[in-house]
Amino acid sequence: MKKIEAIIRKTKFEEVKEALLNSDIDWFEYHDVHGIGQSRQERVYRGVQYSTDVIQRIKITIVCREVVLEPTVKVILNIAHTGKVGDGRIFVSDVLDCYSIRTGENGDTVLRDKK
Amino acid sequence: MITLLDIATPVVEESKDFVNGLDTLWVLLGAILVFWMQPGFALVEAGLTQAKNTANILMKNFVDFMFGSLLFWILGFSIMYGAGNDWFGWEGFGFIGEDSNVPAECTFIFQTVFCATAATIVSGAMAERTKFSMYVIFSVLISALVYPIEGHWSWGGGWLSEMGFHDFAGSTVVHLAGGAMALAGAIVLGPRVGKYSKDGKSRAIPGHNLVLCALGVFCLWMGWFGFNPCSTVAATGYDNAVSMSHVFVTTNMAAATGGIAAMLYTWLVDKKPSLSMVCNGVLAGLVGITAGCDCVSIGASAIIGVVVSLVMCLSVSFVDKVLKVDDPVGAVSVHGVGGILGTIAVGIFCDPEIDGVEASLGVQALGAAAVFVFCFAAGFIIFKVLDKVHGLRCDRIIEEEGLDVYEHGETAYN
Repeated sequence: MKKIEAIIRKTKFEEVKEALLNSDIDWFEYHDVHGIGQSRQERVYRGVQYSTDVIQRIKITIVCREVVLEPTVKVILNIAHTGKVGDGRIFVSDVLDCYSIRTGENGDTVLRDKK
Repeated sequence: MITLLDIATPVVEESKDFVNGLDTLWVLLGAILVFWMQPGFALVEAGLTQAKNTANILMKNFVDFMFGSLLFWILGFSIMYGAGNDWFGWEGFGFIGEDSNVPAECTFIFQTVFCATAATIVSGAMAERTKFSMYVIFSVLISALVYPIEGHWSWGGGWLSEMGFHDFAGSTVVHLAGGAMALAGAIVLGPRVGKYSKDGKSRAIPGHNLVLCALGVFCLWMGWFGFNPCSTVAATGYDNAVSMSHVFVTTNMAAATGGIAAMLYTWLVDKKPSLSMVCNGVLAGLVGITAGCDCVSIGASAIIGVVVSLVMCLSVSFVDKVLKVDDPVGAVSVHGVGGILGTIAVGIFCDPEIDGVEASLGVQALGAAAVFVFCFAAGFIIFKVLDKVHGLRCDRIIEEEGLDVYEHGETAYN
């Protein structure tokens, strides 16, 4: 089992969500995240100039079976892409095990196909 | 035409027979609309400050109106409108005067909402760092003493009214008075933690909700349609109908041009049209037209709106960056600077053909200066004494974590 963590543009979230729902993923979480990077945005508040380094993105977390890892990553890579700086990153890591709370079973069969 | 001044002079003989239903309805409608400025101020001040202090600033707005209503009845109204000398009235405490063209209690409630408006201006400038208990004491003093005394000068038959000083609905009496005390409060308190960097550079502390701020300004704009037009205090007869309608138009025009001026100013200077400054610009236009809304032409009201708003924009930066006085909502610039300019503008633009008012530039300037000096000094002394006796400012930890939790035990957002 693998965990995919993808940090994407907020504007791309709806498209990525649709694509994931149409693929082999039956569940994922997402969060609004604030990141700090090298880019700065100039702002003015009541005549006082200030710069904010806070960048708002959405982070999607997916745990999936290894067979669907590659197609899922490809979906995100394709759809969240604009070609400009700030498109985001995808991290993949191993997951040791997974339990279904309802049935008590474990292993990657818990992450069934949705069909 | 019957102005605010005439209420003060007792109209005793057969007065009950003259009490006029239409006039009364008009003034009571005005009281409702001016009351509506209280939520307006509350929303503007809440929107332009941080979420951790929202319950506190809303509480302060309640305190201003609650204690204002009580104290203006016990003391304030008698000092402001009671017979006395040139400087203050001293008659009939807890008693609310004589019937004129409207019942005495009608006059009283209309003046009460004006008093509460003057008090509530101050809370914004002192936001986010004042001890709640100290603010309550200050609010009591302003409604009982400071506002009634300076109000007596212009509206209660005092020395300014005898000189021919013209302040129709309160650019000086209400707004400049509030703005001057706001300046005194902000100076005595000092800036919020983190407002200025170590080398003295001003930092932005963005308000937490511009939706509230914008809604508040619309409330105030609407409330001003009571503040100014209903200050005719009479609605019967064609002359009053003309005057009321004229005041409606000039009031609205100055608000609109004030907003436009602030939008263009920030667009040119800061490169982006700023919503929070447009909100202040609208208010500056309204404050500016309040003194002369009955006696200047529509064209003059448009000019007053633009000039007051532009000077207000410069003043916001001046107060923030040069004086280094931390005024989170711009109360000093909007009400103080706007009040001064609006009062002086009467001396420049007043057209005797419109409402029969003649005003001299010198007297207008003198009146504005006198009220500013008195209110600033009174505010400064009160705040300094409170600071020495008990400490005006809350502890640093309370300021950093929010007044809502420590002072009130409840937060605005849960």
